[in-house]
Amino acid sequence: MELLKIQQIEKYYGSKSSLTKAIDDISFSVEKGEFVAIMGASGSGKTTLLNCISTIDRVTAGHIYLEGADVTLLKGRGLNKFRRDNLGFIFQDFNLLDTLTAYENIALALSIQKKSAKEIDAAVKTVSEQLGITDVLNKYPYQMSGGQKQRVASARAIVTGPKLVLADEPTGALDSKSAKLLLERFRYLNRECGTTIMMVTHDSFTASYASRIIFIKDGRIFSELSRGDDSRKQFFDKIIDVVTLLGGDMSDAL
Amino acid sequence: MLFKLSLSNIRKSLRDYAIYFFTLIIGVSVFYVFNAIGGQAAMLEMSDSQYEMIQVLETLISGTSVFVAGVLGLLIVYASRFLMKRRNREFALYMTLGMSKRKISAILLLETLMIGVGSLFVGLLIGIGLSQLSSAIVANMFEADMTSYRFTVSGGAIVKTVVYFAVMYLVVMVFNSFVVTRMKLINLMQSGKKSEQIKLKNPVLCVVVFLLAAGLLGYLYYQVGWRSVRIDRNDAIAIFAAGSAATFLIFWSVSGMLLRVLMSMKSVYFKGLNSFTFRQLSSKINTMVFSMSVICLMLFMTICTLSAAFSIRNSMNKNLDELCPVDYELAINLDTDKQSAYSDIIEVCEDNGYDITSDFSDYVNFKTYNDPELLLADSLGDALNEALKQFRFLDYEAPEQLVRLSDYNALMELYGREKLSMADDEFIMLCNYTSMINLRNKGLSVGTERTVFGHTLRSKYGTCQDGFIDISTEHINAGLIVVPDNVIEVSAATTEYFIGEYSSKDKAAAEQEVHDSYDAVMRTVSMSGNQEDDVLGETNFQGYMWTTKLEIKEAAVGLGAIVAFLGLYVGLVFLIACGAILALKELSDSVDSIGRYETLRKIGAEESDISRSLLRQTWIFFLLPLVLAGIHSVFGMKFLIFFLQIFGTENVGSSVAMTALMILLIYGGYFLVTYFCSKGIIKGKR
Repeated sequence: MELLKIQQIEKYYGSKSSLTKAIDDISFSVEKGEFVAIMGASGSGKTTLLNCISTIDRVTAGHIYLEGADVTLLKGRGLNKFRRDNLGFIFQDFNLLDTLTAYENIALALSIQKKSAKEIDAAVKTVSEQLGITDVLNKYPYQMSGGQKQRVASARAIVTGPKLVLADEPTGALDSKSAKLLLERFRYLNRECGTTIMMVTHDSFTASYASRIIFIKDGRIFSELSRGDDSRKQFFDKIIDVVTLLGGDMSDAL
Repeated sequence: MLFKLSLSNIRKSLRDYAIYFFTLIIGVSVFYVFNAIGGQAAMLEMSDSQYEMIQVLETLISGTSVFVAGVLGLLIVYASRFLMKRRNREFALYMTLGMSKRKISAILLLETLMIGVGSLFVGLLIGIGLSQLSSAIVANMFEADMTSYRFTVSGGAIVKTVVYFAVMYLVVMVFNSFVVTRMKLINLMQSGKKSEQIKLKNPVLCVVVFLLAAGLLGYLYYQVGWRSVRIDRNDAIAIFAAGSAATFLIFWSVSGMLLRVLMSMKSVYFKGLNSFTFRQLSSKINTMVFSMSVICLMLFMTICTLSAAFSIRNSMNKNLDELCPVDYELAINLDTDKQSAYSDIIEVCEDNGYDITSDFSDYVNFKTYNDPELLLADSLGDALNEALKQFRFLDYEAPEQLVRLSDYNALMELYGREKLSMADDEFIMLCNYTSMINLRNKGLSVGTERTVFGHTLRSKYGTCQDGFIDISTEHINAGLIVVPDNVIEVSAATTEYFIGEYSSKDKAAAEQEVHDSYDAVMRTVSMSGNQEDDVLGETNFQGYMWTTKLEIKEAAVGLGAIVAFLGLYVGLVFLIACGAILALKELSDSVDSIGRYETLRKIGAEESDISRSLLRQTWIFFLLPLVLAGIHSVFGMKFLIFFLQIFGTENVGSSVAMTALMILLIYGGYFLVTYFCSKGIIKGKR
């Protein structure tokens, strides 16, 4: 089933005299239960794309449909509500509240939705088991490692049961071991819990955990890669090939 | 170059500096306004005695100013140290760029200088404006004539303000330079990056400490509220010190317990942004325990000082209307053993060429009597033993003052007060001094029969009634017995009264005329007749004393005004200091929390929820010290009322209301400014 449909979106920055096309006519769609990665060099427009989908930014032209509803038409409070009820966010720098414990950080996402304390407790327990963070629930962010923090942030993103989880460079601030652990959790969530994940990254290794990769260059779709029945290793090699083709700035991100 | 950098720094961090600057300006203007009162008052038309009062006020204000300068100085040092801490990253950048510490000191010096000069200039301008208003208040309080008033600037006050504040800024500069020399680059660079460490206090210890502190406070409240009589100066200091310690412990333990209590209420804690709100609040209070205690105590002192000051002032004015209804009272002590050629003072004056009645539109002339057999001790009866314990130094052997019913009613007619009536075998006890009322009521409750000149009379009422003869501003009638006319033995007269209202509209001139004429009469009288040592001439006058409304009023109004001004001065400065400390903390916390609010927005919190969370944090933070200060004040006021009773305590309520209004205005003003500034700080970029 088609979950997300992006139809010829464009995003311009700047004035008439100096116009920058951050996104130049991009269309694609994401099926329910997919794990999509968006790859591209710095400045290719991948974060802008993510921001448009997450309604943090507005498109200049085109439409974005989530389950058939056009999100580009939402305004004001409707936006907040849409984001809160349909999307889960994972950020590069975790964005955990340092004054709250892991448990409270995860619970906050639910209490904003005005869920009862009982529901909250059950949901937090379930999700923390899925992400393997039950033993750090009572710790504060400053007492946790980067990997733990990102898993807590991921738990916060999925605890509300969002239709789509958006991750912006989730491994960007992690060491390779923590990154691998996190990505394995992502794969678990995707396969076992059916969570639809869309992840932006410039790291080929991170991208290789996805089931499909969309490459972006200068605001346009450059290429698309599906994993199919390949092993992760084979998929990784294919990614490297495309990245080499993309050339230039991308090669330094290997 | 350095100058430009300093200027742009100030402009850039205007958000942080706004409250600081605002506070300095208020500080400067308040300082000027109060110190300029003397100069301003010179423009008003006042009598000599009023002018003397103003001079007393001036002296007291300059004394208080030293204390006020101390408070403001501490506030400024606190605030500037606070703002310095916020700029560690900036200093780190300067140092990595190779700027020497001396240069950084120079930048700070320039900044302080600019802020100092700027705040002094603006503050003085505002102060000069406000002081015109304060002149009107002074004129109103002293009931002086403002017709010849024009705009004035007090040079002396300007110089004084500039000097005091220059010294304060100098201290800040020295302090800043000292801090700069001790800075280490590595610490500066890492500041702000370290995320906050949350330490929860031991809950058991918190509960124990809380109970101890609450118990101590309860004991102190009891001592202050119900054992007021026994407290002397040393006790008062000890109680204040213990109270301060208890206040600190309350805040310390509450800061530790509050969060745990809230966390245990899961359905409240995990509702909306509550968990975030409570955590923010708890960290604020945790880092501010000491400051909060100081703020609480300052608020407490402000409430008590202002209430007491307003109360004294209001009582003074009200008492004047009630207790001093006429212009002139002459009281003459008579020697009972001596015979006089004259029957009363009017006759004395007439025989010596002065018709005293001509100067009065209305007057009464009567005598009061003593029965050597009816003493204060007799009136108290069995309550005497208790009285001896409480008032050891009262003269219990003094005879009671007796007045004839018809004389008293004539006086009441003149005073415009209610007349008394009673049967021929009754008497009425009059008293308006609270402590004596209690004693005498006890005496009356034991027995209501008294023997006056051999006649047995009983009290018409079971208690003392309100009433007095002497004009005054205070409730000082300790006892007076009104008896039927026929029981009095005329030869037992001990005091003669002549009480009246001047006939002339020009009271001051009439007063002068009466004094001069009366003095002349008395000079002639004392020269004439047989020169006996203890009476004047052919009279049986032992001595005389006059009291006039004008004299009483000037003294009363002056005292009331002095008390009110000093109370306002200290109260205002304390309120400013409290508001500024809380505002600075709240604002800098908001700056530190911008990222947190950004995160809340990203995970989908509504803007209205975020505003509500901020509002809640701010008002609880501001209210907490005020609540404890309020509780302290209830008992503090109970203690003060004991001392205020001589002035009358009927309008303590309205004084407290005025105080509350002042606090609402200034403290509430700081609260609102803080809230809206914080809201601006955490507002999303879009």
